[in-house]
Amino acid sequence: MTHTTSDNQILETDILVIGGGTAGPMAAVRARQKNPDLRVTVLEKANVKRSGAISMGMDGLNNAVIPGHATPEQYVKEITIANDGIVNQKTVMAYAQRSFDMINLLDEWGVKFEKDETGDYNVKKVHHMGTYVLPMPEGHHMKKILYRQLRRHRVQVVNRYMATRLYTDKDGRIAGASLLNPRTAEVATIKAKAVILCTGAAGRLGLPSSGYLFGTYENPTNAGDGYSMAYHAGAELSGIECYQINPLIKDYNGPACAYVTGPMGGYTANAHGNRFIECDYWSGQMMLEFYRELEGGKGPVFLKLDHLAEETVREIETILHSNERPSRGRFHQHRNTNYREKMVEMHISEIGLCSGHSASGVWIDENARTTVPGLYAAGDLGSVPHNYMLGAFVYGAIAGEDASDYCSDAGFGEISSEDIGTEQQRILAPLHRTDGISPYQMEYKIRRMVNDYLQPPKVPKKMEIGLERFREIREDLPLLYAQDPHELMRANELQFILDCAEMAAHASLYRKESRWGLYHYRVDYPETNNDEWFCHVQTVKGAGGDPECFKREVEPYIVELDDEEKDAYRKLRVASTN
Amino acid sequence: MPLAKISMSVPVVVNAEACIAGKGCTVCVDVCPLDVLAIDKALGAAYMKYDECWYCLPCEADCPTNAITVNIPYLLR
Repeated sequence: MTHTTSDNQILETDILVIGGGTAGPMAAVRARQKNPDLRVTVLEKANVKRSGAISMGMDGLNNAVIPGHATPEQYVKEITIANDGIVNQKTVMAYAQRSFDMINLLDEWGVKFEKDETGDYNVKKVHHMGTYVLPMPEGHHMKKILYRQLRRHRVQVVNRYMATRLYTDKDGRIAGASLLNPRTAEVATIKAKAVILCTGAAGRLGLPSSGYLFGTYENPTNAGDGYSMAYHAGAELSGIECYQINPLIKDYNGPACAYVTGPMGGYTANAHGNRFIECDYWSGQMMLEFYRELEGGKGPVFLKLDHLAEETVREIETILHSNERPSRGRFHQHRNTNYREKMVEMHISEIGLCSGHSASGVWIDENARTTVPGLYAAGDLGSVPHNYMLGAFVYGAIAGEDASDYCSDAGFGEISSEDIGTEQQRILAPLHRTDGISPYQMEYKIRRMVNDYLQPPKVPKKMEIGLERFREIREDLPLLYAQDPHELMRANELQFILDCAEMAAHASLYRKESRWGLYHYRVDYPETNNDEWFCHVQTVKGAGGDPECFKREVEPYIVELDDEEKDAYRKLRVASTN
Repeated sequence: MPLAKISMSVPVVVNAEACIAGKGCTVCVDVCPLDVLAIDKALGAAYMKYDECWYCLPCEADCPTNAITVNIPYLLR
């Protein structure tokens, strides 16, 4: 048993940014630029120098809207169609209109984008319709560049503290957050006028097929913290049934295909070496074809590069082995995989929640505002579909600017000492026991159940059984035992995971149709039903404490779609492989 | 409920002779997103304390004396 001192320390800042990965630093910097008098604090569970999804950089922009290559209107259309029509176009437009300025700002800050002989951005085509991919072959410096800006703008950075819950005042307005130090188990309270959640995806939801808890596609630090905290604070979440599932190298958690190798001639193939999808851009529809091929007689699925010229393969290796997931080379080495000689076996990832890649997030409008006054969300967490890294930067900037304005009128909300006491007892409880169930066992069990019952193809009875199992695990929470502060962090994270699992089951049960290809493939309702389900599905914490879902109308489009474009993402299968 | 200890082979290997943790260096411990590295004070070297690796490589890339090798965890090798 470890003894801790909980001295009811109360800190204060004007804007609290939770998460220092991609959107977080941008939000903090923009808030300070907008109003240098504000106190802006970035709270980071790890260390801002190497945290988040881009801890080792990124190899390109997936969604650059660059004049001469694409227009904001085209991009809005593309994402509307890729997301089967269920988008608040205003939010996608807000991103698209600021995309180019953001690229130029990052360029000014020293991010190296690929340029042609004339110095123009060298944009490549990967999407079904438009041209939006801008490689960053030297993108491994990303975090250093962001860190420099945090220092330059004198943002207060607090590393190695995790937020466990948000506090609201009696009117439901944001008031602050509860903090835990995962090295010392010290707890603290921070008051803030505005909070910007930039906690990334819920990456530790499904269990990777390797069974290794931390071998996830997303940085496993991102346990769904923001989804859970927003939920308990009373915010609306959206599209939780639209899971994130990605095509990855089998057993390794790195992506490989569309953005890097695609423009260089690589493609996704079946066991015969034949193409079976027209377009490698990640969408639910593409994932469904991928899944069918994987499970079919011509499966599994491979990444085909062995037809490429030596110099092309070498260039691909240089990019893939130095950016984003650089341990990929050693993984291949162990298995004697050489891109020149044989195709690379691929598989589908575990399920997760992520708006950056799909559309599951905390509901935000075009100003990054959630439905809780003073609470913002940006990056993979904010419900702007297919937003990726550049979208995280843009929405980080939007959130920082809007929160800065919000603070000029808002005061501090009152946090009740009773709320603080209850929360601190809750987070510290596993440390105060002398034995019990370890966080690893409990997390493993939750995530194994997620795979067994929540993974698509979705079957309602399975999801109901899953909810029963999750309820039983919830009843086991009083047995959770942490041997040290580090395990206490995991014990608290698994409660985020449990919340996300329950929300995923509820939202998936609620939407009685199939949409977004594999992401929401209901076996009992295999067709898309636009008459009843052309709407967002929102999830909130119900009065009884369980997730409740309801429909939210899709806002009228600001960019109309042509009839022949609407099906572009439904015709993904190469005709000869049907 | 009583607990048992299970041994795991861990992916991060530290060359204790090259490691300068004994002189106060904590770079690898600082940059690890999952906070799984620690300093063995008696040995004066860093080591992997928790088997929770994302094999993401900041520890290896940022180590000033190239003392760290990150292997792919055995379960997925």
